[in-house]
Amino acid sequence: MKVVLSHLTKTFPGRGRGSKKKEDVVAVNDFTFEIPDGRLVGLLGPSGCGKSTTLNLICGLQKPTEGQIFFDGEDVTQLSPQKRGVGMVFQNYALYPHLNVEQNIRFPLENLKGPEKLTKEQMRTRVEEATNLVQLGDLLDRKPAELSGGQQQRVAIARALVKLPRVLLLDEPLSNLDARLRLQTREEIRRIQKKTGVTTIFVTHDQDEAMSISDLIVVMKDGVVQQIGKPQGVYDNPSNLFVAKFLGTPPINLFDGRVQDGALLIGGEKVLTLKNVPDQAVYAGVRPEGFTLSENGPFTCRLSRPEVMGRDVSIVSTHPASQNPVVRSIVDAESCEHLSGDTVRFSLNPRKVFLFTKDTEARIPFESV
Amino acid sequence: MEKQNQKGWLYLLPALLFLGIFMVYPLFDVFVYSFEEGYNSASQTFYGIGGYNYSYVLHDAYFLQALKNTFILVIITVPLSTGLALLISVALSSVKPLRELFQTIFFLPYVTNTLAVGLVFMILFKKTPYSDGLMNLLINCFGGSSVDFIEGPYWAKMFVLCFYTVWIVMPFKILILTSALAGVNPVYYNAAMVDGTGRVRMFFKITLPMISPMLFYLVITGFIGAFKAYSDAVALFGTNLNAAGMNTIVGYVYDMLYRDGGGYPSYASAAAIILFAIVLTITCINLLVSRKHVHYH
Repeated sequence: MKVVLSHLTKTFPGRGRGSKKKEDVVAVNDFTFEIPDGRLVGLLGPSGCGKSTTLNLICGLQKPTEGQIFFDGEDVTQLSPQKRGVGMVFQNYALYPHLNVEQNIRFPLENLKGPEKLTKEQMRTRVEEATNLVQLGDLLDRKPAELSGGQQQRVAIARALVKLPRVLLLDEPLSNLDARLRLQTREEIRRIQKKTGVTTIFVTHDQDEAMSISDLIVVMKDGVVQQIGKPQGVYDNPSNLFVAKFLGTPPINLFDGRVQDGALLIGGEKVLTLKNVPDQAVYAGVRPEGFTLSENGPFTCRLSRPEVMGRDVSIVSTHPASQNPVVRSIVDAESCEHLSGDTVRFSLNPRKVFLFTKDTEARIPFESV
Repeated sequence: MEKQNQKGWLYLLPALLFLGIFMVYPLFDVFVYSFEEGYNSASQTFYGIGGYNYSYVLHDAYFLQALKNTFILVIITVPLSTGLALLISVALSSVKPLRELFQTIFFLPYVTNTLAVGLVFMILFKKTPYSDGLMNLLINCFGGSSVDFIEGPYWAKMFVLCFYTVWIVMPFKILILTSALAGVNPVYYNAAMVDGTGRVRMFFKITLPMISPMLFYLVITGFIGAFKAYSDAVALFGTNLNAAGMNTIVGYVYDMLYRDGGGYPSYASAAAIILFAIVLTITCINLLVSRKHVHYH
C-alpha cells in the first residue's frame, strides 16, 4: 500500500518558564513524502529529530497539528489507531507480560469484529503462519519474560503481522539487541518484509542499520527532512553537511578549506582543481575511501599509526585544518607496505570530496578538472 | 560460621522475646484455653480437657447470630467495596482536572475517627421523636414510609452496617488501586490500541491482569478485615450488640471476656479459634483461586 504524508506538522506546547518564553516545540515540520507500495523505508536521524513522532503520527497514536496522511488515497488523518489497520513493533516490544507467546500473537485477531471476525480455526491458521514466518514454532507456551531479547522481538513482529496490516511500523527495532543479534535480526526483518511485501517504515538512529536494509532512507534533523533517497545515492550525494556527517562509518573527514582561483586549498595545499566555483571559504568533506596513498600527492598529513583491519588498512593521521581530532583514510593493505616517516601524502578522489558553504552548510556542486 | 550464627541470634533476641511474649504465647494460650473445660478465672482451675467449649459456642444462639451477621457482612462488603473502589479509581485515573481534589475527598473517611463517623451515621439514619433522619426524609420524598435503621428491622440494620463498612474501607482501596493503575506502562495501551482493541476489552484483558496482584492483596486483606469487624457495629448500635441482634464474631469474643462481668475465657478462646479457622480457610481458597488469575511480573 502507498503511504502519502502531506505537509505533516506536529507541535507540542512548550514548557519554558520565567525568562524562557513558552514557545511551541516543533517535533515534525512540514514533512511531505510518498512511500511507494511494498518498500522498506528507514527514518534516520539523531535522537530528538522527530522520527518517532512521525511514526506515531502514521499509526495514529498522535494526531498531527497540520497536514494529512493518506493510505492508498484514503485520508486516515482523523482515524483512530484502532481503525487504521497498521501493525507496530514498539521499541521495548510491549508484549503483554501476562499472556504467552501464542495469546500475544492472537490478541489482534480477537479484536476483529463484524465481517472481519475470524473463527477459532482461522485464527489458529493465521497465528501458525505468523509464527512460521518469524520462526518461533516451539516457543508458543512461553511467557515473554522467559524469552531472550531476539525472541521477544520476533514475537512482536509476528503480533504486528498477524492481522495482515496495510503498513508495518517498527520503532528502533534493533536498539535493545546485542551487536551480533542486531546483524542477524536486520537480515530477518529484510527477509520478512520481502516475503510479505508489506510497506514497512522503520525508525533508527543507527545509519548502518538504515543503509543496510532500506530501499529508501529519510534523513531527519530537528523535525525537518534533510534528504530522501536510496541509501547509496544519499551516501554518494549528500545534500548538506549534516547528511554527509551523519552517514558513513568511519565518518567523513571534515576540513576547513578555501576555494581560490579554481582550486581547493586545504591548509595552504592545493589539493583539487575545480571548475565553476566562486571563491569562498568552505567546509571540505572527504570520505575515508576518497584518499589514495601517493608519494607525490598534494595532501600532506602527519602520520599517527596505521590500523590493520584485514582486507583494508585504516590510516590514522592528523592535519591542522581538520575539524575532527584525527583524519581517517581507508586504503588497500598492499599500498601501504612501505609506509614510513612522520608524514603521509595522499591524492584525493574528487567524487569522494564534497564542498559545503560555511553559512548554510549546503552542498556546493563542483566539477573537477 | 558457628560464631556468626550465635551473633545473629543475639541480635534477633529482643525482637524474638517481644514477639514470643506478646504474640506467640497468647496465640498458644488461646488454643490451650479453648480446650480447658469449666475454667474458673478467679481460682484459675478447670475440671478437664475436651471439646465442650466448642460445642457450647456452636450451640449458642448468640454465636450463631454473630456468625450469620459476620458472613453476610463479608459476602456483601468485600466484593462491593473492591468493585466500587476499582470503578472510582479507573474514573479518577481517566480524568485530569480536579483529580487531586477528588482523591482527597475520597480519602477523607480513612483519616476520620470511627466513632465520629458512627455519630454522623446516626444522624443520617436514626429515628428519634424529633426527626426521622436524613435517609428517611429522602425515602419520604420518593413516597416511601419511614424505616428505623438503627433499632428497626434486621435488614435495615444490616444495610446500615454494610453501607458503613463499605464507606469506611473504600478510601484505602482507592488509594492502592489508583497507584496500581498509574503503574501500568502506557506502552501496553498504545500497543493494544494499534492492535485494534476496544475500551472494554482493553480494561479486562490488559488493565485488570496488570493490576491483579494489588487487587488480590485488597481482596485478601478485605476478607480478613471484614471477618474481624467489631468497632463499626459498636459505633452504630451501641455496646449491647446481642440485644440489637447485630453482634459479630469478634464482638461475641469480647462479650464472653468482659461484658456483664465476663469471665468466660474458654468460650471466648473457642470462638476465636473458630474465627481463625474460618479466616484461614477463606485465605487458602483465595490463594488457590489467585494462582490462575493473578499475574506477577
